[in-house]
Amino acid sequence: MSQLLDVKGLEASYGPTKVLHGLDFSLEQGGVTTILGANGAGKTTTLRAISGMVTRKGAIQLEGAELTTLQTADITRKGIAHVPEGRGTFVRMSAEDNLRLGAYSRSDKAGIAEDVERVYGYFPILKQRRNQQAGTLSGGEAQMLAVGRALMLRPRLLLLDEPSFGLAPLIVQELFEILKRINVEEGVSMLLVEQNASLALELADHAYLLETGNIVISGTSESILENETVRRSYLGY
Amino acid sequence: MDLFLQQLLTGLANGAIYACLALAVVMIYQAIDHFNFAQGEMAMFSTYICWAMIAGGVPYWIAFFATIIISFVGGLAIERIIFKPLHNAPVLSHIVVFIGLVAIFNSFAGAIWDHNIKTFPSPFPDGSFGGLIGLHEVGMFFVTLLLLLAIFCFFRFTRVGMAMQAAAANPDSAGLVGIRVGWMLALGWGLAAAIGAVAGMMIAPIVFLEPNMMLGILLYGFAAAIVGGISSPGGAVAGGFLVGIIENMAGTYIPAIGSELKLTVALILIVTVLLFKPNGLFGKTIVTRV
Ligand SMILES: Nc1ncnc2c1ncn2[C@@H]1O[C@H](COP(=O)(O)OP(=O)(O)O)[C@@H](O)[C@H]1O
Ligand SMILES: [Mg+2]
Repeated sequence: MSQLLDVKGLEASYGPTKVLHGLDFSLEQGGVTTILGANGAGKTTTLRAISGMVTRKGAIQLEGAELTTLQTADITRKGIAHVPEGRGTFVRMSAEDNLRLGAYSRSDKAGIAEDVERVYGYFPILKQRRNQQAGTLSGGEAQMLAVGRALMLRPRLLLLDEPSFGLAPLIVQELFEILKRINVEEGVSMLLVEQNASLALELADHAYLLETGNIVISGTSESILENETVRRSYLGY
Repeated sequence: MDLFLQQLLTGLANGAIYACLALAVVMIYQAIDHFNFAQGEMAMFSTYICWAMIAGGVPYWIAFFATIIISFVGGLAIERIIFKPLHNAPVLSHIVVFIGLVAIFNSFAGAIWDHNIKTFPSPFPDGSFGGLIGLHEVGMFFVTLLLLLAIFCFFRFTRVGMAMQAAAANPDSAGLVGIRVGWMLALGWGLAAAIGAVAGMMIAPIVFLEPNMMLGILLYGFAAAIVGGISSPGGAVAGGFLVGIIENMAGTYIPAIGSELKLTVALILIVTVLLFKPNGLFGKTIVTRV
C-alpha cells in the first residue's frame, strides 16, 4: 500500500520546552493507525503538530506535499480533518451550524446539504438535536458532533484525539463502530490517539507507542497486542 | 407629564447615540472577544475625514460612504500591522496598544485639524418632530435600526459572519474547519471601524466635532453594550436606548445627580449589570454541560 502521510524527525515545543523529540512514522492510505501512550506522552501534541497548531520542526508530507510550511486552515483544506481533544465544538451555535461550519472551505452547496444528511445517517441523534446549542449536548452527542463536523470536510485523513474520553462504555462502542464504518465505507484514513489501548488496537491496523515524546515501539496491531511491555503497562494483563 | 415625555424623548435621542456606538462595540467584541478602548477615537478620526471631504466640496453622501470605506480599510490595516505581530502577547500588551491608539488618534486629529470645535452637517432636514425631538435624532434612530438589521443578517445568514463568530469563540476549532482566523480578526476590525464611522458621523451634528467628542460617549456605548448583552447586537441597541433614558431621567428626577453626575450613572449601570446579569439583559445565556 502507498503511504498517505510521512512524518520524519518531527519535533514540537511549547515555548522553550521541547515535547516531541524527533518522531518518525507513516500512515497507510485507507488504514487506521493508532498512537498509544500515557497521559502527557505527547499524543495530542503530535496531532497538533500535524495540524500546524504548535511550533514544529521536521518533515510532514501528505503524499509528498510538505505540510510544515502551511498554516492550520490550509492544512485542513488539504483534506486533513482534526477532531480535537475536548471536542472543540462551537458551543454557542446550533448542532447543524457546527456541521455547516465544518464545510466552511467547500463551496458545493448541494454536496454540503447531502453530507449533512449523511452525517445524520451515521448519528441519528444529531438530527434530533440539530437546532440545539452545541453546548447543551451530552458528552456522547458532542463527540458525535465533533466527528460529524470533521466529516463535513470530506477528509482523506481523520485525526482523532481520544474520542472515547469521558464517555460511557456503550456510547464508546457505538462511536467506534461508526468510525469503523466510515473507514471501510468511505475509505477515510485515520490517525487515532488513545489512552484506552485495547479499544484503539481493535480498530487500528498499525500502532505506535509514545513515551515522553519518543516512539518506543511500533508495529501491526496484532504484534503490539502480543508485546509484553504494552500488555503489562497499557492493557493490564 | 409634559416634562416626563420631553425627558423620555431626549433620553431616546441620546440613547440613539449610545446604541449606534454600542453596535460598533459589539461588532469588535464578536470579532476579537475584547473591548476596543480606542473605538471612540477611531470613530472621531473617521468623522474628521468625512468633515475634511465635505469642507473640500464633496457632497455629503459621497463623503459619508467614502468615509465608511476608508474606515473599513483603516481598521483592517490596524489589525494587520499592529495587532497581528502581537497575536500571542499577553492581554496587557494589547491594552497598552489600545491606550497608545487613543493617544495617537486624539493628537493626530488635533494636529491635523486643530482643536477648535467644528459644526458637522446632518443629512436630515432641520426642524423637529412635533416640537419634541429633532429630525436629526429621528433620522439617526432609523440609521441605527438599519445598521442593526444589517449586522444581524451578516452574523446570521452569511458564511463569513458565521466564520467570524466561530473564530472569536474558538480560534483553534475555527482553524480546524479551514477558517483563516487572522483574517477574520482583521475583518472584524474593519467592520467595527466602519460602524464606528457611521456612529461618529451621526453623533457629530449633535455634540459637535472636536478631538475629545467621544470621551464620555464611549463610556455610555460600553454601558449600553454591557447592559444589553455584549453578544447581542439587538441587545446593545436596546441597551443604548435604556441607558439614554435612565441617564436622562436620573439627571432630571434625582436632584443629587443633576447633569454633573450623569456619567456616574453609566458606571453604576455597568457595575450593577455585571454583578447581577453578566450576560446582559438580552444576552444569550451560554449553557455548557461538562
Ligand atoms: N499548552 C502547553 N504548554 C506547555 N506545555 C504543554 C502544553 N500542552 C501540553 N504540554 C506538555 O507537553 C507534554 C505532552 O502533552 P500532550 O501532547 O498533551 O500529551 P498527551 O496528549 O499524550 O496526554 C506534557 O508534558 C504536557 O505537560
Ligand atoms: Mg492528550
